[in-house]
Amino acid sequence: MAEGRVVGIDLGTTNSLVAYMEGDAPVVIPGVDGSNLVPSVVALDPIPAGGGRPTVTVGNSARKALIQTPERVIYSIKRLMGRGVEEIQSELKLFPFRLSDDVEAGEVPRIQLGELRFTPPEISAYILRQLKRNAERFFGSPVTQAVITVPAYFNDAQRQATKDAGRMAGLDVLRLVNEPTAAALAYGLDRAKAGTIAVYDLGGGTFDISILKLRDGIFEVQSTNGDTHLGGDDIDNLLLTIALDEIHAEHGVDLRRHPGAVQALRKAAIEAKIQLSTEAVTHFDIELPNGDRYQREIPRAVFEQLIEPVLERTASPCKQALADAGITPEQIDEVVLVGGSTRIPAVRQLVDDLFHLAARGKTPQIKLNPDEVVALGAAVQADILAGASKSTEELLLLDVTPLSLGIEALGGTVARIIQRNSTIPASATEHFTTGVDGQKNVAIHVVQGERELAADCRSLARFDLKGIPPMSAGLPRIEVRFLIDADGILKVTAREQRSGLASQIEVKPTYGLTDEQVESMILDSFDHAEEDFAKRLLIEARNEAETILAAVERAPESAAWPMLSGGEQAAIQVASAHLKAVKGGEDSAVVRAATLALDQATRRFAELMMEAAVSTALRGKTMDSAGEEMGEELTAPHPMAAAEFK
Amino acid sequence: MLNVIDSAVPVACWSCSIGHNDITLFCPHCSKIQPPPGGDYFSVFGLKPRLNLDLGVLEHEFHRLSRKLHPDRFARAQENEKEWSLADTALLNDAYRTLKDPLRRTEYLLKLEGAEIGEEHSGKDRKGQKDPSRVPADLLEEVFELNMQLEEMRAARKMGEGDAALEADLCKAKAKFDCLMAAVDIDLRGQWNAWDEGEATARQAAQEKMVALLDRRRYLSNLVRDVTETLGA
Repeated sequence: MAEGRVVGIDLGTTNSLVAYMEGDAPVVIPGVDGSNLVPSVVALDPIPAGGGRPTVTVGNSARKALIQTPERVIYSIKRLMGRGVEEIQSELKLFPFRLSDDVEAGEVPRIQLGELRFTPPEISAYILRQLKRNAERFFGSPVTQAVITVPAYFNDAQRQATKDAGRMAGLDVLRLVNEPTAAALAYGLDRAKAGTIAVYDLGGGTFDISILKLRDGIFEVQSTNGDTHLGGDDIDNLLLTIALDEIHAEHGVDLRRHPGAVQALRKAAIEAKIQLSTEAVTHFDIELPNGDRYQREIPRAVFEQLIEPVLERTASPCKQALADAGITPEQIDEVVLVGGSTRIPAVRQLVDDLFHLAARGKTPQIKLNPDEVVALGAAVQADILAGASKSTEELLLLDVTPLSLGIEALGGTVARIIQRNSTIPASATEHFTTGVDGQKNVAIHVVQGERELAADCRSLARFDLKGIPPMSAGLPRIEVRFLIDADGILKVTAREQRSGLASQIEVKPTYGLTDEQVESMILDSFDHAEEDFAKRLLIEARNEAETILAAVERAPESAAWPMLSGGEQAAIQVASAHLKAVKGGEDSAVVRAATLALDQATRRFAELMMEAAVSTALRGKTMDSAGEEMGEELTAPHPMAAAEFK
Repeated sequence: MLNVIDSAVPVACWSCSIGHNDITLFCPHCSKIQPPPGGDYFSVFGLKPRLNLDLGVLEHEFHRLSRKLHPDRFARAQENEKEWSLADTALLNDAYRTLKDPLRRTEYLLKLEGAEIGEEHSGKDRKGQKDPSRVPADLLEEVFELNMQLEEMRAARKMGEGDAALEADLCKAKAKFDCLMAAVDIDLRGQWNAWDEGEATARQAAQEKMVALLDRRRYLSNLVRDVTETLGA
């Protein structure tokens, strides 16, 4: 293929996926370990014995490192994308992010990971690079172009940060697509039908609602709304708080002082939550540091009562979206559910109530896996952009900007220039003049949001129109054009009309990296060596082989080793010997197959190690060493809990 | 301002170099995308300025043009075509958004005709201006009373008290102003035919009436907003 494939990427808070169009159906590309979901976890390996820069691992292997070296692991980075130091204080209380202490207000925050510091887009770039590599391994050819999804309610800075991350990972980001819209594409593909659909997307950390009109292959978003801080995490926090309070009251143990134990308890809370989606009741049974057992039964009815206030917070964005689209619930033909949290029966009931589904003999649409549907839709959009396929040539997505764009006017009020829910690309032209004779600069403050005062909106950027020819006050006429592109990102151009001079414009984003900074953060140029692709695949395969062999080498020293049966131990040794024998060969596929076989053979061992580490943390034996670095607050989510259902 | 279509100057297509009328999104000869044409929003859809529009036809045309212009269709095109696709689609979207809405369409057309009207129909979105000077004469008394009630309500709210009777009065007033606004919308539509089909003098008269109606509507809309905000606070 002349230009290579375009892949679709769902860069999620908890998990990330990469998908592509196989013929006329989108398919998720599995990772090295055979799993479709790559946990959005990044770990910094120890500095190599010979010195030099430590390597970075992503996904399940990084998740494993969380127990041993929590200070070298980071997760949920999506929460920090495109946000300033002042904005993320609340996140810092909830997550074990370790901010580098030399960051000043207005700068992009940097996270301390071991001895190195990274900006959020750099961390995301490592995740993207892993997905890129997974795709390249799968295709056996380079992948350089991608579509990446973002929450519909992401603002300009959050979108720009995501695009920057793509560039750092060596990806040409052809388009940012809103997650609910992508889901609609995945659903709409096989049914060329007309109608109005609502996409209700409740993920780990964000909530989006979008209303779309489908007609002749055109997906026209009518309105979108949401909350970028509402999701499954909030439900986990509720269960966790109850458990911690009860343990304190009944057993006199304050686990809040032991972050490692809190992490372990959170894992139990998430498992309980998941179980309550299918069972009428769940049990907590946990051994405490003092030898007591905390046993608690949670019936589904109690759970539902508990989470009602959280779920209720999704109602008002839904109503606003309906109002903005100018329709009633009865006019919604179908509701599509996206995101792991929509597996909760109470969420489905709420959706049913909001859109009057049962009364109309309808049920929410859940045919596609809610964890994968966004990536599948991204693959469809990637195929549309590649423009080479019959199955998508009739499809077109018309999306909207979720937030109004405004300029700060006199008195700190906001003059809105592009209304929310305007189809993008959208533009507005404004004219500015000077207030003082001979004035050469005009400052413009651009904000995003629905509030009346600029101070209550999200500051996007401050522009300085420079080089205005000296004239009497009010005489210059500077035309400034604001354009929101198809990615939902703002572009600004300006010119002075009387003199005909193009005004020089200096854009200073309130939060964000400059072009030069992004350029300097591009991950190793190794990725660009396309001519050496086969060689690169081989080197990567050998590196993977070395990593797993080193881990297996140390295995017999582990406390978990004796817990394996003799047969299991023998299987590991056989697979390990086989890998050692083939890893020197020239065929990367052979090396990879042997690595995968060894990974499979050690799967139970890895689980045992993980369990051992968790229960050790809970009993408080290594709390001081494992827990201390993980954040003081009780609410730090546990990235080890995969959103999977047995 | 009007009849831009006739005043079009021929320009050469960037791709095939053949001259064409500049009000076109695509070269009539080689079909390549062109930089944003200089016409008004109506000309984007090949229409002359008019107020009665078939929205079904407009939507159909919007979709047809979107399929050809949208940046998704130019993801792998050369840079200049990409740039024009973005600018043309922004123009198309801005035009569709303005023309599909009866009020925005009327305001836009009157501005094209050079009429001085307050910026946009919802005054709230423009620099916080409230237009206090232009109280419609027939509403003077009611507006005076409403403002008193609003003050009272705000004061009560500040003290943390509710006043059911006052609240009911305000709701009633809001309903009344909503009705008056709907009446303005009907009156506006009543002028559409006169403008679209009439002779120059009839057209001028319709235009003046519409400017006055839009002023009145903006005033009413600000009142309704104040009441809604006070009640919702």
